[in-house]
Amino acid sequence: MPLFEVFVRSRRGLDHQHVGSLRADDAEMALQYAREIYTRRREGISIWVVRSADITASQEEDAPAFFEPAADKPYRDATYYELPKEVKNL
Amino acid sequence: MSLLPAVVALGDDALVLGQRLSEWCGKAPLLEEEMAMANTALDFLGRARLYYGYANTLGGRDEDGYTFHRDAREYTNLLLFELPGADFAAATARQFLVDAFDELHSAELANSADATLADIGAKVHKEATYHRCHSAAWMVRLGDGTDESRRRMQQALEDVWGYRQELFVNAPAEQPLVEQGILPDRAELRAAWQEAVATTLAEATLTVPAASWAVKGGRQGIHTEHLGVMLAELQHLSRSHPGAKW
Repeated sequence: MPLFEVFVRSRRGLDHQHVGSLRADDAEMALQYAREIYTRRREGISIWVVRSADITASQEEDAPAFFEPAADKPYRDATYYELPKEVKNL
Repeated sequence: MSLLPAVVALGDDALVLGQRLSEWCGKAPLLEEEMAMANTALDFLGRARLYYGYANTLGGRDEDGYTFHRDAREYTNLLLFELPGADFAAATARQFLVDAFDELHSAELANSADATLADIGAKVHKEATYHRCHSAAWMVRLGDGTDESRRRMQQALEDVWGYRQELFVNAPAEQPLVEQGILPDRAELRAAWQEAVATTLAEATLTVPAASWAVKGGRQGIHTEHLGVMLAELQHLSRSHPGAKW
């Protein structure tokens, strides 16, 4: 039985957040189970389910090449720059 | 005068099916479905509490009195609700027939001339609509599934079919309340129910049973042998240890 990832948008949230996973025969049933398991305490007002197999994920062994080059490029962060005196708010 | 027994009867329907659904805890075919069944069970227990709570304000017992301290003969639930649901097909077929009925019945109850019953009807309607969605999906999944699942689901429908008739009968005590617009007219719900059920069964490649047999007696307290066994388990703790607290 395929695995589905569940994303829930909370009442005040603007985006769907990953909350967990479950098994179901198909997407329709996955949606119903997500409702039962992840929103029964009023956690959300919208649900997405997606087959876990359809997610392409970065791999841990790729992490050095994927993410570490960003570590020594502080000029990509806004805080790297001094605020000109003329700018009051940013 | 007859509002109290009518309210208790609706509570009995909800309590008995809630208990039947609870029995699936630990036995459902998959973990996710177990959660779904337990949630549905709690919805039904919640309904029972609303009806019994209202009955209490009408001069009846409290909810524990109704639940734990009546024998089978005093329960007035319809027989359909007390059937054991021996396997998942039987439990699902019964649930679907009940959910399809509840969806229609609660929509009418929401228009009741009695404000409390109207509130309960509105709340139940939202739950029942979802329950019907879920049980209908299972009807299609099992009906239009493998040869074995289709055979067993068709058999489950045949086994339960005669029990549906009670859903559409207004008990003598209920008839005046129907005429006053307090209770929905059950007889009038039959056509819409048949259409809704037939639509799902067609999608499930299942056949609407042709059997004409019918059972009755629930509202008069005349039950199947199954209710007593169920109540023995439900009531054992409370009766063996009066006043016991968690």
